[in-house]
Amino acid sequence: MHVPDGFIDAPTSAVTGVVAAGALAVSLRGARRELDERTAPLAGLVAAFIFAVQMLNFPVAAGTSGHLLGGALAAILVGPYTGVLCVSVVLLMQGVLFADGGLTALGVNITDMALVTTVVSYAVFRALLAVLPRGRRSVTVASFVAAFLSVPAAAVAFTLVYAVGGTTDVSMGKVATAMIGVHVLIGVGEAVITALTVGAVIAVRPDLVHGARGLRQRLRLRVAGELVDAPVGTPAPAARASRRGLWAGGLAASLVLAGFVSFYASANPDGLEKVAHDRGIDTKEKEHASAGSPLAGYGVADVSDQRLSGGLAGVIGVGVTVVAGSAVFWAVRGRRGEDASPVDSGL
Amino acid sequence: MGAGHAHRLYRRGDSPVHTLPPHTKLAAAFLFVLVVVSTPREAVWAFAVYAVLLAVVARLARVPARFLLRRLLIEVPFVAFAVLMPFVAEGERVHVLGLSLSVNGLWGAWNVLAKGTLGVAASVLLAATTELRQLLLGLERLKLPPLLVQIASFMIRYGDVITDEMRRMRIARASRGFEARGVRHWGVLAKSAGALFIRSYERGERVHLAMVSRGYAGSMPVIEEATASPAQWRLALALPCSALVVCLLGWTL
Repeated sequence: MHVPDGFIDAPTSAVTGVVAAGALAVSLRGARRELDERTAPLAGLVAAFIFAVQMLNFPVAAGTSGHLLGGALAAILVGPYTGVLCVSVVLLMQGVLFADGGLTALGVNITDMALVTTVVSYAVFRALLAVLPRGRRSVTVASFVAAFLSVPAAAVAFTLVYAVGGTTDVSMGKVATAMIGVHVLIGVGEAVITALTVGAVIAVRPDLVHGARGLRQRLRLRVAGELVDAPVGTPAPAARASRRGLWAGGLAASLVLAGFVSFYASANPDGLEKVAHDRGIDTKEKEHASAGSPLAGYGVADVSDQRLSGGLAGVIGVGVTVVAGSAVFWAVRGRRGEDASPVDSGL
Repeated sequence: MGAGHAHRLYRRGDSPVHTLPPHTKLAAAFLFVLVVVSTPREAVWAFAVYAVLLAVVARLARVPARFLLRRLLIEVPFVAFAVLMPFVAEGERVHVLGLSLSVNGLWGAWNVLAKGTLGVAASVLLAATTELRQLLLGLERLKLPPLLVQIASFMIRYGDVITDEMRRMRIARASRGFEARGVRHWGVLAKSAGALFIRSYERGERVHLAMVSRGYAGSMPVIEEATASPAQWRLALALPCSALVVCLLGWTL
């Protein structure tokens, strides 16, 4: 999915370049918070890991095989900031060294494959963990869903970029259908592999999995023959429970809404298609299609798939919205936490 | 992209292109690609001139044409996409050999193919004439954040180590009679990936401790300063400047 030069026009490449630079600046600061002064060697080694794991082939059937993209895996294993950073570095090196992805398309590639996949998957992952009961199985399920959604989300992001700055006017419906259709399939593979890999790491070193930090067993001391929790700053359980309910309700409601609204929205043809129909461009195209073009069956598949893709886009939209909300929430909470209990965080 | 690629990519030499400071080459390659991308696609001759310009650079750098052409194969997936474009794009259509093709799509396919190929060729030339370490030094000189360059350099240095570790795991699996044939075997492969992550992470921690015990305090010592004289800058920027002239001609003609 590495975009080459000339695929997206220059102004859009420049804008995505600015977005990518901003994301890199933010994630550099964030990674320093996640890894402190160990950032350089650790992020470097994790980037090397992602680079290597992209070469690990997973046989599908009959000689075909796929490989991991790694955005979701990086976000869950090392945290969102370090994840964005590592995948970006991999993309940068692939562009400069291996000519894989254009130099001017670096912004598009980083925005699409590093930023969107990592952020969407991490947001979905955190949201699901907040809803699901605590436990290893929940982490696996959450990473499955997160990885599954991250790939079509990248396809949606690419389609949006293409809609703004594509150099050929292929209709957006076709691009979206093709991109999302293919990437839903890829997403299934990505999801299975990511979930299995996260599960394998949790089984051996749960402390290394950034996304499973809540799973860590609290230190318990045996005092006078009785197990007592070691004195650590404990979060209030009551508040957590109510928040979990809120999370569950909100997430379910917005997912249902997104599904329904987009279902009705995409049942009607969009403006461009309607204009094309009125002008008669549409009929001319149909005539050609039935005149023996190898893609004659496209039109039917197009409509029936568009609802699916629309619903999917809606669900992904919810994911993106959850990110924005959670980002503000975490920023505020983090600051408040630092102010209130500097001693606790020292422990 | 095997582990050996990182070494095969660079072609040792002492041509004028090889001896240019890395940051001038990086800037030249980037500006060249930028100019190519902003050229109007109808100016077909301009792309031919660009190709000639790159051929001149390859000649100066003594990079054989076969090496360059073989490296261009990395573009193949997007060529497939470009071939599809004339079939699916909108707009007026022409009939070629009984196929109905979109004119717009044909232009789009040409656009992607020409610009993409030139971009890949420019990056391949850059990588073929610049050593890895030099490339990283050049990125730092071009004011990339030092931390980012450090991460990239660790990735490059340990990339081979991690890939070798993966290869050893594969050999270990194979020597125990394991053969991945389908989806049922994903669990084993995923466990390997998990083990690879743990090993990489732990290696990172050890590397950090080793660095700290050698006096690392957040920044790497600068051993060689990459500097470029005005003459070197002029030589490097000759490529994008001549491309810019062609591009302007392409817009006006």
